[in-house]
Amino acid sequence: MASKLKNAKALAALHKKLAKDIDTEKCHISLCNGTACRPYGSNPVAEAFKADIEKRGLADKVEFKITGCHGFCERGPIAIVEPGNVFYQRITVADVPEILDNTIQKKGPIERLLFKQDAATKTVARQNDIPFYTEQQRIVLGNNIRIDPTSIEDYIAIGGYSALSRALVELQPDQIIKMIKDSGLRGRGGGGFPTGAKWETCREAHGDIKYVIVNADEGDPGAYANEGLLTGNPHSVLEGLVIGAYAIGSHQGYIYVRNEYPLALKNITLAIEQAEKLGLIGKNILGSGFDFNVRVNRGGGAFVCGESTALMASLEGKTGEPRAKYIHTVEKGLWDRPSCLNNVETWANIPLIVNNGAEWFSKIGAAGNSGTKIFSLTGKVNNTGLVEVPMGIKLKGIIFDIGGGIRGGKKFKAVQTGGPSGGCLPEKLLDSPVDFDSLLKAGSMMGSGGMIVMDEDNCMVDTARYFLTFLEEESCGKCVPCREGVKRMRQILTDITQGKGEMSDLELLTELSAHLKDSALCALGSSAPNPVLTTIQYFKDEYEAHIEDKKCPAGICKALIKFSIIDEKCPGCGRCVKTCPTQAITFMGKKNPVILDQSKCIKCRTCYDICKMGAVSIE
Amino acid sequence: MSELVNLTINGNKYTAEKGSMVLKVAREHGIRIPTLCDHEAIEPFGACRLCIVEVTRGNRTRIVTSCLYPVEEGLVVQTDSPRIVRNRKMLLDLLLARCSDNKVIKELAAEYGLEKPSFREEYWEKHDCIVCGLCVRACEQVVGVSAISLVNRGVSKEPKPPFLEKAKACIGCGSCHYVCPTGAVTMEEKNGVRSLPRWKVSFKLKKCPKCGIEWAPEAQLEYIRKKWKLEPGFFDLCPNCR
Repeated sequence: MASKLKNAKALAALHKKLAKDIDTEKCHISLCNGTACRPYGSNPVAEAFKADIEKRGLADKVEFKITGCHGFCERGPIAIVEPGNVFYQRITVADVPEILDNTIQKKGPIERLLFKQDAATKTVARQNDIPFYTEQQRIVLGNNIRIDPTSIEDYIAIGGYSALSRALVELQPDQIIKMIKDSGLRGRGGGGFPTGAKWETCREAHGDIKYVIVNADEGDPGAYANEGLLTGNPHSVLEGLVIGAYAIGSHQGYIYVRNEYPLALKNITLAIEQAEKLGLIGKNILGSGFDFNVRVNRGGGAFVCGESTALMASLEGKTGEPRAKYIHTVEKGLWDRPSCLNNVETWANIPLIVNNGAEWFSKIGAAGNSGTKIFSLTGKVNNTGLVEVPMGIKLKGIIFDIGGGIRGGKKFKAVQTGGPSGGCLPEKLLDSPVDFDSLLKAGSMMGSGGMIVMDEDNCMVDTARYFLTFLEEESCGKCVPCREGVKRMRQILTDITQGKGEMSDLELLTELSAHLKDSALCALGSSAPNPVLTTIQYFKDEYEAHIEDKKCPAGICKALIKFSIIDEKCPGCGRCVKTCPTQAITFMGKKNPVILDQSKCIKCRTCYDICKMGAVSIE
Repeated sequence: MSELVNLTINGNKYTAEKGSMVLKVAREHGIRIPTLCDHEAIEPFGACRLCIVEVTRGNRTRIVTSCLYPVEEGLVVQTDSPRIVRNRKMLLDLLLARCSDNKVIKELAAEYGLEKPSFREEYWEKHDCIVCGLCVRACEQVVGVSAISLVNRGVSKEPKPPFLEKAKACIGCGSCHYVCPTGAVTMEEKNGVRSLPRWKVSFKLKKCPKCGIEWAPEAQLEYIRKKWKLEPGFFDLCPNCR
């Protein structure tokens, strides 16, 4: 690795050298090794590539890179091959030699590994032609494909740390703050507070010692946007943090990463070491006279520690519990000192704004909601993955154009945005724009970017019960409304799903919801009612069916459903007999319908799921 | 002299020291705001939420806990607006469902017109502890021994001795018992022994050789003597006989 960079010029020279070293004559293979591609088998595929390249002496012809998340998690392991921008999906170890052959000999893409939305559509060879990508605007996540996250050289080669250099050499702290204010950037952690204004208050707050903090305690079930960014491009977050520290007047930073993100922890820790070696962190950064140190802290596994004051308490070594924020953390935060906490994604946007200008940024997205937002698109949608869209895009655009619609041709029912305490929005709101204010108005929130799609098979009462159960478990227990209120709401919802509900329960749930919004100590409690309120508002018929008719229309709530065999459809194949865990189904010989004994049935649904003839019905 | 600010509470104008808490200012002027987790000797915590009030600054009105909200110039406070009363009633409803047999909670709930919880009877619980943390905070902030702490998270959070065993650091001073708003921390004195069953501890009481009164746990006296570097035998006699 290069030695310490003494000034901006030295960084520029290193960038020039590294950029020139990128051999455009070579073939480039960039394999995704993100959080979804790994369980799909990306690690052995990577090993196979490395071994085959070495065995066949292809190092001078092929540049192979293991990168962070490319986004299209549904199709992993995925790789991009240049030239040609070829997108290969579901790669196995067996495919590796062929990919290398085809690439070197320029034989054209391998048809069977190309993307195809479904059996009826044609294959698409280029990544840039796949609707999943064309509808996105990947200004923050896009570089994941281009860099090995463990290499600072890769990051510098694509212009990394040039924004820091510019900030330190050309800009005064107030100019940077004005730039961030003009850009319209709002906090990506969910609250949507204007970042520039936050920085300004922190800069003006009294105190010699100030802190900057990265919130990487992304705990929403199903969300991994921060993970994808911190693992895939740790230097972008670090660069943003140093710029912010300079603007605010802080010399110490903390990166609070949940311990369940081992790879993110590893990569950001390595990134800090590398940046220190090059003098991009530490004393007299790039000869500017500005000093800055940063350390990584691991979260202990509490969802509530994503809340800023709880996170700071945890950093101090105390129990991760929130406190009242009547005196803001930018004035009295970590160890009672002015502290500026931003989400991973917010920090990663900073270098982009410094490099491209506030005006460029403010033109992306929608009025009052500039820039892009990364979402973890999951659930019953065809194309799950990490998507980055300009704010103001319609929900429909994300779910249907990028997400490719609902799995198995089923009918869309609801989408939950913003994590467990987000609201569930129905079909009639699919045209709403996705921005901080519109989502709040609809009864949901942006959160840190969770987006869970539900179809006709999801019961909305059960969904509300599920999320309240999660929130009950994750409540810190400090304040009465959250500890006691969420518990009661979960009990009432559980009763409704068991057919023990009454219509007056809905009133009580609504009252409790209003109470939590008014009186809970932190946002965990005050936003906990969202799944309940939105499901009552948009799916009241389902509540009525559970309470009045004692029926679960989606066939989910076990106490309210009954499985039976449709004799005319049952060919007597016996598949369900073999899988039934309680021997409730009896084989009556081929071509004779099986018999289901209701007294033994535990309603586990395995017979329903395994039957290819649709001979199991749920009432 | 620190800066004074003008504020309005329930329509009446007051002057108060800038930065002092709304609850304290209100109490100084005889305005009653119910609380359970507050104590004058202990840092405010904001857990029971009963002290909520509505504050208006400029054209923004919101609900805050008065124990933690500092007064500032022009602040307008409502301690009993319909929205506050509604929320306080729900808080007591929730507390009553948790402590359905507790005298203090029942009385407080009755003040807000609640005879029984609005929830189904099968949800009612019979705790005495409302997890306000006063016992733990008194032990840490006032006594300085931190013999007990709040353990677990969420619905299972409760004050406990370390490792659920005997609270070894406890000196038997009973501060936890005195500050507990609901009588959940019980203390007994019998046959020259004080016991705090919640922390699984008992202490021998010191007997005054002169009048024969058993006046304080020996462990507590020893703790005070060492802390203030008093000579041995300082606490031999009770305060009355000294």
